[in-house]
Order: sequence, then C-alpha cells, then structure tokens
Amino acid sequence: MAAHLSDPRAAWLMRLGDATLVLGHRLTGWLSRAPTLEEDIALANLSLDLIGQARAFYTRACELEGGTRDETDLACRRAEPDYRNPLLVEQPNGNFADTMARHLIFSAYAHPLYEKLSHSNDAETGGIATRSAREMAYHLRHAGEWMVRLGDGTRLSHEKTQAALDDLWPYVPELFEADELDREASASGFGVDPPTLRAEFDAAVNEVILRATLTRPAESFGQRGGKSGRHSEWLGHMVAQMQFLQRAYPDARW
Amino acid sequence: MSAPASDLAARIEAARAAAARATDPELPFLSIEDLGVLHDVVADEAGRVTVTILPTYSGCPAMGVIALEVETELAKAGFPDARVVIANAPAWTTDRMSAAAREKLLSNGIAPPEERAGMRSLFAAAPKVACPRCGALDTERMSEFGSTACKALWRCRACREPFDHFKCA
Repeated sequence: MAAHLSDPRAAWLMRLGDATLVLGHRLTGWLSRAPTLEEDIALANLSLDLIGQARAFYTRACELEGGTRDETDLACRRAEPDYRNPLLVEQPNGNFADTMARHLIFSAYAHPLYEKLSHSNDAETGGIATRSAREMAYHLRHAGEWMVRLGDGTRLSHEKTQAALDDLWPYVPELFEADELDREASASGFGVDPPTLRAEFDAAVNEVILRATLTRPAESFGQRGGKSGRHSEWLGHMVAQMQFLQRAYPDARW
Repeated sequence: MSAPASDLAARIEAARAAAARATDPELPFLSIEDLGVLHDVVADEAGRVTVTILPTYSGCPAMGVIALEVETELAKAGFPDARVVIANAPAWTTDRMSAAAREKLLSNGIAPPEERAGMRSLFAAAPKVACPRCGALDTERMSEFGSTACKALWRCRACREPFDHFKCA
C-alpha cells in the first residue's frame, strides 16, 4: 500500500481541502461579473478564504502522510476521481441566486464543522479550523443576508431564489452522511462525524428561509458520490481549466 | 560546544528584536509583534534560531512575504541560518493585537477590531464602530468584505467619509 493511503487523517483532511478548493475556484468565475463592485470584492474575498483554507488543509494532510507530496501536487496533479469533495460545491455558478443558495448551504454546513474540528486532537488541525470557523461565520452571514434580500425582494428574485434552493437541495444529504473514513476519523478524536452537524445546519438554514419568505424544499432524494470520487459532469471541466497551467508548464509554482 | 546560557538568552533576545522589525506589507505601520503574529523565538544548543509566526486570515496573501521579511531581518542581524516556521497552533486572533497596534490602526484611518474576538450570530445587529476620522458613532457597514482579507468597508454618516474596519477574528 502506498504511504499516502496509510493515514486516514490525511485522507480525511484532503476531503476538506477538496471541498474548499473546488468551491473557492468556482467563485473565481464571478470576478469582474458580480452585480456591484462591493459584491465583486466580497465574492473575491470568499474565494480567497476558501482557497487559503484548502492550502492549510492540504499542507497539514501532506505533513501527516509523511511529506512526500505538497499542496500543489494535491491541487494540480490529481485527476477528477481523486477529488473527494461533496457534489454540491462543484455545481456551476448559475445565476447570482444559485451561487448564494449554494454558499448558504455550504457555509451552514462548514461553520459547525470547523467549530467542532477546532477541538481536534491534532493541534495544527484544530488551529486551522479555529481560524476557518471565524471566516465561515462571515460567509454564512453574507449568503444569509443575500438570500433574505432576494427571497423577500421582487417576485422575480423570489422565484429565482426558490428555484435555486430547489435545484440544490438534492445535494444536501451527502454533506451529512458518514462513511467509513468519517467514522474512523471522528472515533480517533481527530475529525468530526458529519451527522452531528445536521441540527446546527437546519437551525441556521431554517432561520434564513423563514426570513426570506422561501419554502424549505422537501428532501425526497439525495445525489451522492463526490466523497467516493464519483462526480457530476461539472467537475472534470472545472479541473481541466484549474489545472491547465500546471499541465502546460509542469512545476510552475503558485 | 554549547554556548553558556546567558549568551543563548542574549542571542534569542537579539533574534526576537530583529524578527519584530518585520512588518505587514498591507499595513506597513504595524510590526508582526504589534499584530501578535510573532509567536516564539527559540535557539538550540548550537545557537541556531527558530522563529515561529502565526498566520492570520486563511486567505491572507501577505503571509509568504512576512515570512520572507523575517528571514531577511534575521539575516541582516547576523542570523543567516535562522529558520522561520509558520504554525497554526495557537490560532491567531485579533485579541493577540497589542494596544499599540490598535492605536496605530486608528491613527492610520482604520477602525480597530472590537475588543473581544467573538462571532455575531446570523442576523445580529452589526457592532458599533466609531469613525476613525471624526470619532462619531453614526456609522454604517457597507460590506463585510473590503480591500484585504482583514478589512470590512464602512462609512461615517457624520463626516461622510468611507473607512476600513479591521475585522474581528
């Protein structure tokens, strides 16, 4: 067995890195296209936070697996099935309501995740999570305020925001499903068991939905597969674009 | 041969003073000591110095430059083989900033972060922030995201000037 497969902590942290990198990269698609200058700056900052978190998670994962790879190997030299992000974050930006609904769902999940991870038995991981949790509080508030503004806005903005929520809701269950790796990482005191995050997610999202005069979608089915490397059609295109520089100019540093 | 303890202490002190001369490229009036980014300076028995610094906001692009600056300051002060380590524990927070740092922010037109790092709940009212120019409390938040990862954009309704607010983290 290759050395990098031996430490479940590294594999678990890489998933967090994959989720934040993919969503961070997705948000860069908004640069220069946001509805206002302030929002353009805000989206760039959200992206910057997420890519920064990805770098920290990847770097710690690489240390835990023994230092044979680095953050650039993980971000730029792996193929699509090696990414273990939940399907939610690779969904296309769509319209502004789609992006904000996606961000609300992600930040309402990641905020309690990082808060719990701040108590990890690995001090470095705990420190990264402590800082990241404070950042996600800003993300959650930003997305939440926009959802209220759009949902409780005009008839058209309400319709688009409700449609965004309906379209993305099938990607919610995957966030809170535990697999073997999740259970192993949390049992050892290193990681967090995803089902324990659901109550806080529901509380935050329900408050936003209520204020936004939106309707919480029914959860009749879930799309899953990202955590085991089975992705939607969207990730491959994104990875091809994201990795272009490293593929064309191997060993260029970021 | 290991150096006497007093020599070692003096060496660490000199290295700390050198490292503390590094500043934040985004806020050049603040040293990394003001910011609470400079965490620890130690030396091994051979006298080789290790400086530990703490990253601030995850996305802050200044961290790499700060590490480089610390290395440069150490080399200039006679520590060419010093190591600079970026550690995530303890987690940096704005509570680590010194009183001097807050004063310097204010005199440079940036409202300092609230005293206690804490997280507002989802729809709690924005904190009261005094205008760094005229001191008025009649201010409003324009965006929680600003020119750098550490700043939010505010404006004063009394003197009509926009200003940066150093985010609480």
